[in-house]
Amino acid sequence: MNRQIIRQAFYKSLPVMAGYLVLGIGFGILLRNAGYGTVWAFAMSLFIYAGSMQYVGVGLISGGASILTTAITTFMVNARHLFYSISMIDRYKDAGIYKPYMIFALTDETYSLLCDGHTPDECDPNQYRFIVSLFDHCYWVTGSVLGSLLGSVLPFSTKGIEFSMTALFITSFTEQWITAKDHIPALSGLLGTAICLLIFGPEHFLIPAMLLITLILTILRSVEEKSL
Amino acid sequence: MRAAILIAVMSAVTVLLRFLPFLIFRNNTPPYIIYLGKVLPPAIIGMLVIYCLKDVSFSANSHGLPELIASVFVIGLQVWKRNTLISILTGTIIYMLLIQSIF
Repeated sequence: MNRQIIRQAFYKSLPVMAGYLVLGIGFGILLRNAGYGTVWAFAMSLFIYAGSMQYVGVGLISGGASILTTAITTFMVNARHLFYSISMIDRYKDAGIYKPYMIFALTDETYSLLCDGHTPDECDPNQYRFIVSLFDHCYWVTGSVLGSLLGSVLPFSTKGIEFSMTALFITSFTEQWITAKDHIPALSGLLGTAICLLIFGPEHFLIPAMLLITLILTILRSVEEKSL
Repeated sequence: MRAAILIAVMSAVTVLLRFLPFLIFRNNTPPYIIYLGKVLPPAIIGMLVIYCLKDVSFSANSHGLPELIASVFVIGLQVWKRNTLISILTGTIIYMLLIQSIF
């Protein structure tokens, strides 16, 4: 593993750094206010490593949820990770010793950095993806611990800074739209999800959306395979 | 102690979800799954964009305008400069200014 790979991976991970530090700090503060200090923030970010789930998890822990409720809630909130893994099966197949960690660390944001499949020319793709995953994980853990330590003494208002994650996904979407000739998959995802949001509301739309997207892409398979 | 058990459960379920497809299709991946692997990434990114914007209310005071304006800036900058960092930083700063001082 050479410096070139580390440098390239660091550069790639920069858009996630800002967002993860900020959202991690937000999580650390929330968890501290719920009565759980730095060790807990560190452990949750290290072992769960799923942003929105950890925010939900604060409520589960402090509200005294049962094990079954916790398991079902986690399944519902994180079911979308099945999707990420399915689409990375082929890409990660030769990752060797790096593979288990890369699968463990496949968050929304890491996925959005790596799903286009491009890696710098002179870099080993698996080492490169491994380091990007590791950098992202470090930002998240660091942010959580900082939030827990600093509490709410930040000198300026960070209201609205969570938009950085939205912006990250919008740039990924725009970038793949520019490079792809076939826009049907992108439109299926965007419109299918929007329709499910309107029908099922913001609490319950994600799983119906995943089913609808899969259905649309399955029906269009014969058309799509010609254009791939 | 109870909190530690709940954290372990959250971790285990999340890990299971991430590993499951890799475990199921460990030896040979059906052509259908390979097809999904190719078409899902752009669809999932589209899904995540909506997911991030799910709590935007068009009936609230701001009518979702800060999100709309900042998103248009992000898209425009990305098309123009093709630099992810510039697009994200500018879009986020614009959004923060909008919701902190105007809306």
